[in-house]
Amino acid sequence: PPPRVREGPCGSTSPPDKGGRGPAARPPPPAGTMEIVYVYVKKRSEFGRQCNFSDRPAETNVDIQPDPSQARNFIERDPIDAAIQCASDMSEHEVNTERFEMENEGVNHLEGGWPKDVNPLEMEQTIRFRKKVEKDENYVNTIIQLGSLMEHCIKQNNAINIYEEYFDDEETADIADEPPSAKTINVFRDPNVIKRTATHLSWHPDGSKKLAVAYSSLEFQRSSKDMSYESYIWDLENPNRPDLVLRPSSTLVSLEYNPKDSHILVGGCYNGQIAYWDTRKGGQPVELSTVEFSHRDPVYGMIWLQSKTGTDCFSASTDGQVLWWDIRKLTEPTETLVMDISRKGVLENALGAIALEFEPTMPTKFMVGTEQGVVITCNRKAKTPAEKIVGTYSGHHGPIYALARNPFFPKNFLTVGDWTARIWSEDSKESSIMWTKYHMAYLTDGCWSTIRPVVFFTTKMDGTLDVWDFLFKQNNPSLSVKVCDEPLFSLRLQDNGRFIGCGSKLGTVTLLEVSSGLCTLQRNEKNVATAMFERETKREKILEARHREMRLKERTKAEGKEEDVKVETEEETPEELLARVQKEFFEIIEAEIRRKERAAKLSRAQVAQRPGLPKGWGVAL
Amino acid sequence: MPLPLKGTCNGMLLTCSALVTAWAEVEETLKRIQAHKGVIGTIVVNAEGIPIRTTLDNSTTVQYAGLLHQLTMKARSTVRDIDPQNDLTFLRIRSKKHEIMVAPDKEYLLIVIQNPCE
Repeated sequence: PPPRVREGPCGSTSPPDKGGRGPAARPPPPAGTMEIVYVYVKKRSEFGRQCNFSDRPAETNVDIQPDPSQARNFIERDPIDAAIQCASDMSEHEVNTERFEMENEGVNHLEGGWPKDVNPLEMEQTIRFRKKVEKDENYVNTIIQLGSLMEHCIKQNNAINIYEEYFDDEETADIADEPPSAKTINVFRDPNVIKRTATHLSWHPDGSKKLAVAYSSLEFQRSSKDMSYESYIWDLENPNRPDLVLRPSSTLVSLEYNPKDSHILVGGCYNGQIAYWDTRKGGQPVELSTVEFSHRDPVYGMIWLQSKTGTDCFSASTDGQVLWWDIRKLTEPTETLVMDISRKGVLENALGAIALEFEPTMPTKFMVGTEQGVVITCNRKAKTPAEKIVGTYSGHHGPIYALARNPFFPKNFLTVGDWTARIWSEDSKESSIMWTKYHMAYLTDGCWSTIRPVVFFTTKMDGTLDVWDFLFKQNNPSLSVKVCDEPLFSLRLQDNGRFIGCGSKLGTVTLLEVSSGLCTLQRNEKNVATAMFERETKREKILEARHREMRLKERTKAEGKEEDVKVETEEETPEELLARVQKEFFEIIEAEIRRKERAAKLSRAQVAQRPGLPKGWGVAL
Repeated sequence: MPLPLKGTCNGMLLTCSALVTAWAEVEETLKRIQAHKGVIGTIVVNAEGIPIRTTLDNSTTVQYAGLLHQLTMKARSTVRDIDPQNDLTFLRIRSKKHEIMVAPDKEYLLIVIQNPCE
């Protein structure tokens, strides 16, 4: 019977029908999903019958006879060198044992093993015991002998420094041209049974010995009741147990260390509240913002501001607002801004904000990346809210997950969203100046390298981390590392540019070290990078100017023609547009299929024409 | 000073006076070690981890005695595991601040903490 195509809940196949009746009623699928389910029908009378196998003799399908005429194409070889080895067969196997949780525990004895009759607290008894030992023959000889040995070493130490580094001041050799590589240093797993996504990482500001990771489940309404709300701060040396457990009232989506005070962290929760912690005070938040004045959606972006008090931060969420906070008083935000690009401040038209960008060297400007694929630049110090939104850059087809300015060229910034990463220049508003190709998987996060101005990192939904060196290669990443099998969601580079932490969907944070070629400044790199950015910006400007000219020409032509000809080419209605696009699409597909068929036919013809194989070979087809 | 006792040394009977000189020599050795340049402290520990002689304060002594005793046992067993004919003769731990030198014996341990001057 032909397969029945039917809508059903995702991921399930309906059981085989009994007696050919219709399948049992299923709950209607959630709006917007469509799963194609294959239903196969089996007669009840056929149940339970075992498979009947039968023997049949072997059939020869093809028999290719050797063709002696082929022997003329070959020369007999005499003598022939053949190597044989008489050795036992060995095989090599590697086994990786399961993770074994180890814990180090020590017991510190306060006093040595005093014999039973001596009370260690009694001074007289201990002194008496000691004196007794000192009288022992053995003691005397031992000490004299050990003493001489010890003196030798002491004198040795005093004479020269036996651990002296002799070739310290020599410059390290030039970095050989090794291919770029990345090595996994450590892996931090979510200790909970129900794994949550590691949505945000933040390095400790002094020395980067700790990593704060925010865990939450970003899938809409998929979080189960048993999912823990905890987020962790990991010490890099101990991947088995988190250094500190943070317990918010709702899962944390973003988490940032205060760059001025390494004990303070601020976190944005899934329910829109902001909380801040002091690591000296433990895992409970010191203060939580009030629900009425917080965001209405998860807080995706959270950045500390540079201020005298070091307590200012601002947050962004998909509810369309950007709020400024002073953590000393989290009851209400100090300032709000609605991301409405029509500059009317209407919350309904606002675009949901996901990524925030702030450069301490330019304290009045900041940028917001939105769900709709638009980057909005804002000026904090403008007089009216309408003036606060300065400009927009659109070019992405989907939400912008990461937004970062180049630390060396602040006018250029990187946006990561949909299937590409794009580099923009502030001057060219129409489009990005450089972009990567469209990948097969969604890009989820990205950041610039802090050492090399043209290197940036991106993570993808197929679990790979790409390192792009835009001076070297622009069409492909210089290095693509498959970190894990599940999608990677977040990325954070340490300040020294060498270590990257990547967070995955199952809460696994992998710490990678990149090879030195990718994190040491090459000769002349800054000049070449400057030239490249300028060149691309100029190109975009020229294109923009050209477009503008063309549009102007079109407009004047249209205005001139308006009186003469009625507008024949009406705007196509959406249905017509859809039909036209569909037709084109199918035409392209059919052309491709035809091409493939032609190619297959050609190759089959070639195989059929090939002469039979030489004597002695049998081929099974 | 308590009365010196008779005792045996290497199977020979020593007279009281010989024992006294031996004992004085021990004192002299330990004093000499302590007097060397850079030496911060000296500790003598017996096989049970009891500090017999020390120039440092009690808490530090007890800490050093306990920890270094365990470490020396571990080091010795490591050396002997690799080659049963081998044995540990000396143990040096150099750290950022100073060097700890341990001279082990079957029954006693001589520990010296020195600040090597460079």
